[in-house]
Amino acid sequence: MAEIVPLADAVSELVRDGDTVAMEGFTHLIPFAAGHEIIRQRRRDLTLVRMTPDVIYDQLIGAGCARKLVFSWGGNPGVGSLHRFRDAVQNSWPVPLEIEEHSHAGMANRYVAGAAGLPFAVLRGYTGTDLAEQTETIKPITCPFTGEVLTAVPALRPDVAVVHAQRADRDGNVQMWGITGVQKEAVLASSRSLVTVEEVVDTLEPLPGAVVLPSWVVTKVSVAPNGAHPSYAQGYSVRDNEYYQAWDAISRDRDSFQRWLDESVFATAASA
Amino acid sequence: MTEVTAAPDWSADEMMTVAASRALRDGAVCFVGIGLPSTAANLARRTTAPGLVLVYESGTIGAKPDYLPLSIGDGILADTADSVVSVPEIFNYWLQPGRIDVGFLGAAQLDRYGNINTTVIGGDYANPKVRLPGAGGAPEIAASCREVIVVVRQSKRTFVDRVDFVTSVGFGAGPGDRERYGLRGGGPRTVITDLGVMEPDPVSCELTLTRLHPGVTVEQVREATGWEIAVADDLGTTEPPTPAELTILRELEKTKGGKR
Repeated sequence: MAEIVPLADAVSELVRDGDTVAMEGFTHLIPFAAGHEIIRQRRRDLTLVRMTPDVIYDQLIGAGCARKLVFSWGGNPGVGSLHRFRDAVQNSWPVPLEIEEHSHAGMANRYVAGAAGLPFAVLRGYTGTDLAEQTETIKPITCPFTGEVLTAVPALRPDVAVVHAQRADRDGNVQMWGITGVQKEAVLASSRSLVTVEEVVDTLEPLPGAVVLPSWVVTKVSVAPNGAHPSYAQGYSVRDNEYYQAWDAISRDRDSFQRWLDESVFATAASA
Repeated sequence: MTEVTAAPDWSADEMMTVAASRALRDGAVCFVGIGLPSTAANLARRTTAPGLVLVYESGTIGAKPDYLPLSIGDGILADTADSVVSVPEIFNYWLQPGRIDVGFLGAAQLDRYGNINTTVIGGDYANPKVRLPGAGGAPEIAASCREVIVVVRQSKRTFVDRVDFVTSVGFGAGPGDRERYGLRGGGPRTVITDLGVMEPDPVSCELTLTRLHPGVTVEQVREATGWEIAVADDLGTTEPPTPAELTILRELEKTKGGKR
């Protein structure tokens, strides 16, 4: 049964130095409040896993929380590059960042294998690309039935998954809807999970197309209203596209990033 | 050239976007990348291809946004979609089996065989001069869609003889490579730039200049291409943007990211 606890407590109990952490949310429902709490608690040497390490991981990487990044697309969607990510890869600032790079299809399938309790997943992908040469977790595999050569990628099994959802009930059952990305798979693939929610309600009204994570696959739930900002929670908020555009200038140089970190993360307390 | 012509009332970027929108067949199912491809696809839905089915990698199938999304996951895409599916499902059930007619991609570098690089430029992979965002959905879009359209601004920096890193395969090192790799889609059939249109030669698979946008010369294209580009015998000229296309495109650009 998931326990409903304040965000700061959930992060300090579930996310440990050196952990492999998957914070998911495909443009929608990105767990920014939890990310900022991880920065605030000064976690170090994390292996960060995420299909689209956009602004949230740019912030964690710039703050020096990460040792390694496992990902498939590291940009600021619709805006451009991630400057902190770039600075870490190109100049090892603030610390060196090891990368393990995939495509979206590969990452999605790695989560599926993790959720399904399988050691690897099979897909048609990567053939002829240079990624297959650079990434050790991409290997050819022959179909035992047809002889066709396909691609295998190993399961992702993070120590902890962190996702944001619209709401939970008092027992810790979680409900999310809209673009639900790979969050269900990330939670099911991980040993522990933290779900931040917009609100806790008495009863989860069934909604068409919604994903429900039963309380017994969730470790902790924390209430974090607007906890996906500048991403959004369908039905609660809209994507703050201006923030994403403003991030380009904030993150471009180290000093303005440091100022942002001091003012917007360290000087503030976790909500709830 | 002594001919005096009035400056056109449209930009090279607008010509590129309009040309890209016209390349989309009405009723086609189109896997849309963000940026120029998304703008062109949304323009097409308002002009020449009202029945175009927009599929975004966020899992939104049949999205009908009434403004231009900034990301592939803006709420408007889910709100207006025929169906919203998970990310594993969009790649495994919809893209991988070859259900998508057109993949619409951008590029940081593109080479003579239509291979795309969006990963690293210069240096080597471990120590690149420039680290780019990476693959995203592109490798499998390039592999599996029936055809791929690339929209990209043309310059010597972008149009290179060989890409520094093959993120997404066009025709590899030439004829036969797609088959050898087992790629089931048709590969890049059209490359649309701010200068003109390139298509692969049916025999050599090399990108060949087949159309110039109005006012552009072959010399300009050569200047902006990092290899000796072949020119089609029956080189055509793109129809300039119509006033209606321009009005709709400019309205659309104003709404980007939901700004009103």
